Amino acid sequence: MILSEAERQELERIAKKVRYLILRTVQHSGAGHIGGPLSAVELLVALYFKALRIDPKNPTWEDRDRFILSKGHAAVGLYAVMALRGFFPLEELLTFDKGGSRLQGHPDMTRLPGLDMSSGSLGQGLSPGVGYALGARRLGKDFHTFVLLGDGELQEGMVWEAVHTARRYELGNLTAILDYNGLQQYGWRGAGRGDRKDPWEGLPPARLFAAFDWRVIEIDGHDFDEILAALTLARKEARGPRPTAIVAYTLKGKGLSFTGGKHAWHSKVPSEEDVRRAIEELGLSPEEVPL
Amino acid sequence: MREVALREVFGETLVELGEAYPNLLVLDGDLANSTKADKFEAAFPDRFLEMGIAEQNMVGVAAGLAHLGFIPWLSSFTVFFTHRAADPLRMLVAQTKANVKIGAAYSGLLTGYTGKTHQDVEDLAIVRAMPEMVVLAPLDAVEARAMMHWATAHEGPVYLRLTRDPSPVVLPEDYRFEPGRVLELKPGRDLALVGTGVQSARLLEAARLLSAEGIEAGVYHAGAIKPLDEEELVNKLRPYPKVFTAEEHSIYGGLGGLVAEVLGAHDPKPVVRIGIPDVWGESAPNDWLLDHYGLSPRRVAERVLKEVKG
Ligand SMILES: Cc1ncc(C[n+]2csc(CCOP(=O)(O)OP(=O)(O)O)c2C)c(N)n1
Repeated sequence: MILSEAERQELERIAKKVRYLILRTVQHSGAGHIGGPLSAVELLVALYFKALRIDPKNPTWEDRDRFILSKGHAAVGLYAVMALRGFFPLEELLTFDKGGSRLQGHPDMTRLPGLDMSSGSLGQGLSPGVGYALGARRLGKDFHTFVLLGDGELQEGMVWEAVHTARRYELGNLTAILDYNGLQQYGWRGAGRGDRKDPWEGLPPARLFAAFDWRVIEIDGHDFDEILAALTLARKEARGPRPTAIVAYTLKGKGLSFTGGKHAWHSKVPSEEDVRRAIEELGLSPEEVPL
Repeated sequence: MREVALREVFGETLVELGEAYPNLLVLDGDLANSTKADKFEAAFPDRFLEMGIAEQNMVGVAAGLAHLGFIPWLSSFTVFFTHRAADPLRMLVAQTKANVKIGAAYSGLLTGYTGKTHQDVEDLAIVRAMPEMVVLAPLDAVEARAMMHWATAHEGPVYLRLTRDPSPVVLPEDYRFEPGRVLELKPGRDLALVGTGVQSARLLEAARLLSAEGIEAGVYHAGAIKPLDEEELVNKLRPYPKVFTAEEHSIYGGLGGLVAEVLGAHDPKPVVRIGIPDVWGESAPNDWLLDHYGLSPRRVAERVLKEVKG
């Protein structure tokens, strides 16, 4: 997929709105995550506005592509993108984390139509992804399954159990996208790409996926052209035997001067002042900050 | 009343224990800044092992270290021990009697808005059924600290059920923890309220509300879910015609189940179990959750009034 200049600008505009919505939603609810959602904004926008075969008006369409947010703590980012894409009204974001809400702290597929899996306990999302991809093959369906993972999350053994079975069953219709920002919640001391040590220093995840004979594509996870090129390539090989791992290099807390690369913003509640500052830094007009 | 979060006590007491036990190590599952085990890392950087987001492995590593004479204290959320790492906890720790101490932070409903994935309200049912496991649920900061000292001196696996947010300090500073004891927090006449963990403090408050309605409720706290002195429980509850249990746990298999089992065998009488019914939790503010699941002092008092007065 080649983007026109206008399309690229449109996606970048949406990404800015999403960043604002993430901060505003968490500030309003008084709880939630910031760094992980901000890191995945371009990936989520590219998926929901370009790559995924979905219909927001018919979220249970059986031939839709499946998407699983394995790093479930980034739920608020997914909700912001889904709201802008028309799955539910923007104002509903203000119910985030409130009792009775469809927008739970971690994605809950029993509450919100459009979510293809629940998540929150890390390391589990790729396995149901294998299930969807396997099932699609058995049902003769051509939908694709995408799973978004965090790099801290890759420390869970279950991820590698899924990586193994996906290749064993030759699931070219499965794509894992790694939001590789090199930070997790606490992690190891020492300066890395962020303000802590990169947990995969000396053990690049690209090499680990390659060792399981996955096809690996490395991209800048904030560059829409690269993201969409990779997603297109992944889908092209869907009939082949090798699942695809898109290793997206990202910055945790991306997009704002005060959150970028700071592990302390993993789950910190922004103040009203922080939200004002974000609006200013993002250069959003009053119509673009509806909440 | 002064309020202190048990996780703060956890971090501070780990540092105290680190001074006293040179063979004590802390293993963390990428949550030390939530559980406050980061205080230990600051004090003893060489004895703090970051194990990453890999709880099954962390539990297994702890078993190996324990069988070499180290005392590993583990730091993660409750749910990732009792659910994610249940098998290693069972086979490698409980079945080998490994001297591992599980600092199970963020138990119950009040997990900082994270919702049903993180709200562990089945943990007591799981760990209580594991032979060799000692299961402790402190009432307040004083008891949490006392239990940690006791647990570190005790040889064998201990599960310590901790909470995230500040809760009232009820016990006196010179309180001494003895496993198995059932504490009488307030004498009563008409009925008994039995709690575990920080819920017991809410029961004291509920008893005050009931007093205003002319009902004198005795308040009891079972800090040790296992071992529990059954005879003491039966004797303390003997004067009461009716018993209410309350806990941030499922009504299945937790304190309510335990009290009903013991009384059923030795002194049968009605036991009303207040807790999470057969539903999953959700993300919401603390007050909302406690009200919604009937655990706030006001809701406990209402439930008692309804059961007693009809
Ligand atoms: C099994 C499990 N262990 C621990 C946690 C707590 N937790 C939530 S987010 C997080 C860090 C995640 O890091 P990463 O996967 O790199 O995501 P990102 O940095 O992109 O937010 C941790 C430890 C969890 N949700 N699940």
